[in-house]
Amino acid sequence: MTKDECKQVVLDIIADIAPDEDLSNVKPDVRLRDQLQLDSMDFLDIVMELRKRHGIEVPEADYIQLASLDSCAEYLTPKFNALASKG
Amino acid sequence: MNTASHYDVAIIGAGMSGLAAGIRLAHFGKRVCIFERHNAVGGLNSFYSLGGRKYDVGLHAMTNFVRPGVKGTPLGKLLRQLRIDRDEFALCEQKRSRIAFGARGEASLTFTNDFAVFESEVARAFPAQIDGFRRLVGLVRTFDDVSLDAKPVSAREVVRREITDPLLEDMLFCPLMYYGSAHEHDMEFGQFVIMFKALFLEGFARPLEGVRVILRVLLEKYREAGGERRMKCGVRRIVASAGRATALVLDSGEEITADHVISSIGAPETAALLAPVPAADPTAAPLPPAGRLSFVETITVLDRLPSALGWGDDTIVFFNDSERFHYERPDDQVDVRSGVICLPNNFDYGPDRNLPEGLFRCTCLANFDRWAGLAEEAYQADKRRWYDAVQQSARRFLPPLPAPDALTRATVATDMFTPRTITKFTGHFAGAIYGAPDKVRDGRTPLANLYLCGTDQGFLGIVGAMLSGISMANYHVLRGA
Repeated sequence: MTKDECKQVVLDIIADIAPDEDLSNVKPDVRLRDQLQLDSMDFLDIVMELRKRHGIEVPEADYIQLASLDSCAEYLTPKFNALASKG
Repeated sequence: MNTASHYDVAIIGAGMSGLAAGIRLAHFGKRVCIFERHNAVGGLNSFYSLGGRKYDVGLHAMTNFVRPGVKGTPLGKLLRQLRIDRDEFALCEQKRSRIAFGARGEASLTFTNDFAVFESEVARAFPAQIDGFRRLVGLVRTFDDVSLDAKPVSAREVVRREITDPLLEDMLFCPLMYYGSAHEHDMEFGQFVIMFKALFLEGFARPLEGVRVILRVLLEKYREAGGERRMKCGVRRIVASAGRATALVLDSGEEITADHVISSIGAPETAALLAPVPAADPTAAPLPPAGRLSFVETITVLDRLPSALGWGDDTIVFFNDSERFHYERPDDQVDVRSGVICLPNNFDYGPDRNLPEGLFRCTCLANFDRWAGLAEEAYQADKRRWYDAVQQSARRFLPPLPAPDALTRATVATDMFTPRTITKFTGHFAGAIYGAPDKVRDGRTPLANLYLCGTDQGFLGIVGAMLSGISMANYHVLRGA
């Protein structure tokens, strides 16, 4: 999986949990919280959907890695690839 | 272990909070079952049929209404968490509501879902108080109402610092108390803030077909997510061992097990399931006791719209005829000095859409103990007597009828619920629809894997009830998973 594909995975999840947000212009280097109305309940849902859909575990101490799309890609892409090579 | 009767999570009660908790848990792959003693879902916000007509149990209006695009409010959170499209609830806004005080409602404040209307009404009726009112609104807007460790503060004290006219003070408290306070006389300021936002800064709406629309959406989501539900299947006892709930004994005698148990039935009601016999020593009860506040409601079905009786566009009218507003358990069976009128026809359902018949509902404070022990004949007689008294009291706050017997002639059916009805159908002790005065905000109980959600966890109204189920499922089950 590429980093861009990983960002799309995260955007797809956000689109499902917050369908009232406009995701057409999300800046990858800006914190998601600063450009979208997402609260802690929504971030918990991103983590839970990653587990449900993709089997990716994000421990609570690492939630901070999901701050922006760029940081999501940095943190999650290796996890996706590790999972793929195992499977 | 028999896997057929083992669940990841067992939920007691299929009301708004239990269903919402169930949706969250089932969506994230938990094996969930909701156990409901009644044959209908909804709990305190259910529905029933009588004489071929459909009635809502409790819901006058859904509070917390905001229009599409308004974010960060309870309604938006709830829709996101349950993956509900707001169109599914098909909410229609109120036309206008009023707070009417004085023997004939001389002091009146109109409010709508546009807060500027309420603010200008306060400025008109209480010009000397408007600056204080604006400061109070500022406090409400900036208050951190999600903090779980805030120290309880008297709302009366906070409000009196800004509002010096007791009439305005009481007029602000009346709707907030009637729509969700389990406390007599005063509220905790955090609860005041939640209710002020829910009623005045947000607003009222309902689906044309009432509460069953909301319940239908919840049931559908729950089913789609794979949740199980067992109706007419109450929980008789929670078996505990070594500080954990180890099994649930159902009314049928069957036993089931679960890793987690979420109880939506109320704090004292849950405590009663833990002890097979009521504890002789009340100090031994670790969960808060039942509340003291209950209500009666009269329901009058009309052969025409209330507006055809000259009653105008009011959706909800909160009234009080006395010098001060008394929110307390009455000594008598009912206190008709104050109350709430609901005219469900007066939501904006769109052109040529309305309920099939006119409806006129009135709610007043009542004393459970004065209703509970009556023999059937006396109970029915008292219901008839109070039906008339409640209606007469409420009518003082609506425009006069075109003819003295106009209401009687327009009436095609009536019904009434009392504190006894509430306990009979919902199982809530003492008919206390707002539960115990002291809430268990973190939902914890003496058992490590048993949690409370719903009324006694502390969120108010139906949006609050659903958020309660969501947050307890998140906090106790999903977050640690």
